[in-house]
Amino acid sequence: MIELENVAYRYSSGDALLSDISLKLAPGSFHFLTGPSGAGKTTFIKLCYGALRATSGAVRVFDQDVKSLNRDGVAKLRRRIGVVHQDCQFLDHLSVAENIALPLTTTGRDTQEAREDLTELMGWVGLTDRAAALPPELSGGERQRAALARGVIMSPDVIIADEPTGNVDWEMSQRLLRLLVELNKMGKTVLVATHDLSLIRAAKTQVQARVLRIANHRVQLAGADL
Amino acid sequence: MRLFADLKALIVRDRRTDGIVPSSGFTAHLVILSAAAMAFLAVFALALSLASGRLAVRWGDELAQSATIRIVAPVEQRAAQTETTLRILETTTGVAFARALDSSEQQALLEPWFGSGLDLEKLPVPQLIEIIQEDNGFDAAGLRLRLAAEVPGATLDDHSQWRAPLVQSANRLKALGVVSVFLLAVTLAAMVTLAANASLAANVQVIRVLRLVGATDGLIARAFVRRFTVRAFAGAALGMVFGMISVLLLPSASEASGFLTGLGFQGLEWALPLLIPLFAATVAFFATGWSARRVMGDLA
Ligand SMILES: Nc1ncnc2c1ncn2[C@@H]1O[C@H](COP(=O)(O)OP(=O)(O)OP(=O)(O)O)[C@@H](O)[C@H]1O
Ligand SMILES: [Mg+2]
Repeated sequence: MIELENVAYRYSSGDALLSDISLKLAPGSFHFLTGPSGAGKTTFIKLCYGALRATSGAVRVFDQDVKSLNRDGVAKLRRRIGVVHQDCQFLDHLSVAENIALPLTTTGRDTQEAREDLTELMGWVGLTDRAAALPPELSGGERQRAALARGVIMSPDVIIADEPTGNVDWEMSQRLLRLLVELNKMGKTVLVATHDLSLIRAAKTQVQARVLRIANHRVQLAGADL
Repeated sequence: MRLFADLKALIVRDRRTDGIVPSSGFTAHLVILSAAAMAFLAVFALALSLASGRLAVRWGDELAQSATIRIVAPVEQRAAQTETTLRILETTTGVAFARALDSSEQQALLEPWFGSGLDLEKLPVPQLIEIIQEDNGFDAAGLRLRLAAEVPGATLDDHSQWRAPLVQSANRLKALGVVSVFLLAVTLAAMVTLAANASLAANVQVIRVLRLVGATDGLIARAFVRRFTVRAFAGAALGMVFGMISVLLLPSASEASGFLTGLGFQGLEWALPLLIPLFAATVAFFATGWSARRVMGDLA
């Protein structure tokens, strides 16, 4: 599903941040991505959905080389990958509900059925009461939940979440994890970047999750000794 | 195909693009206002151009049809020379009609300058002969030669000398009108481009978010293009209506229409200003599309 081959990346301003990365996220797999702050988790994720292009090596998503895609191609790729960004960007002039439905509206899939899914999803992330609010009026945790809801509304084949539980309490983080696990059980490929080891432990009781760790510019599969 | 889809998106409200860009009241009003002002001016430029075109044709035609012979001779020879001239004219091909103005007509012509009560018989005033030409006209050079031989005091004036600059300036005026319309279009394009650029720059964050959720550049561009096209159309329509009302209210062309009273539209020409809003919309469509592509290219 997502395949990296000898990928290296460095920002134009700095030294190599990631190098020599070769790995495969198989369809239906559940991966965590962990590592110290600044290690390059967000960068790795951006490589996976075409926001950044590898300095060298190849990134293949759905068997397409990301390098070969033009902007429209990247746009179409993003419709099949639900991304929950760490900095949760929204359109501040639209309500929370409209923001969550944005991927549907921009792709013309705003059907009655999708509306019902939206209502259910808003309930799941606990935002039913805040549906009409504007994004700047939300708390940090509410923003993250809204971002997660927006990431999964299209029922994408791949879900990539960058710190989806960074600002929420334990109970809510368990709830969000349940959502991701449910989606994984429906066959979606899931990648979650997080610092939160207890979240990973909790997940391991529910699903076969593997852990990728970024250390020394490499991404390695971590052992079972978390 | 692409263009067709784009055009359809302009007319049919598209739920996908309508709300995604925040509305910006101020630039919106500016675009409407400037489109209205340009359209208003364009109506006048158009009227000017059409009126001077008509004038050029009329002056050209009317004056080309007539000519004058002036006979300057001692009072006692005047009648004889007039006779001879009329005889020559009768045998000249291309002359449809020729007649000597009688003294009361000549008096009427001179009255504005010399007042009434002139006794023309006693004054060395030239005798005038009016000639109406046939469609193909006559051979002015040939006629001049014959007159020179037989009537020493006769001068042929086929009006071409003073007609040419008049017709030329009318044609210049017409061209000026066309150039004005063109300049107005360019100015509108510049205005819309500036406004669209400002709007795109103010919405960089919006564009980023839209891209994150998988919106294509085309879709994002359409959201802006539709907005500016509709605004330019609405503004231009408004300005055009006011312009046409103003032209209607101008003093109507009287029989002896001078230039200024002839400024207006005639018959089918009234349909021409209706094209102004369409034209403005087209200009806005391409100007916004161009800036949107440029800004989004820079953002990538
Ligand atoms: N646009 C950029 N230009 C230059 N350097 C950047 C850019 N974005 C990130 N970096 C640097 O790259 C490194 C990795 O950043 P990244 O955001 O991938 O880390 P992270 O692992 O996600 O950290 P965190 O856990 O804090 O989110 C950091 O040192 C950061 O300063
Ligand atoms: Mg990060």
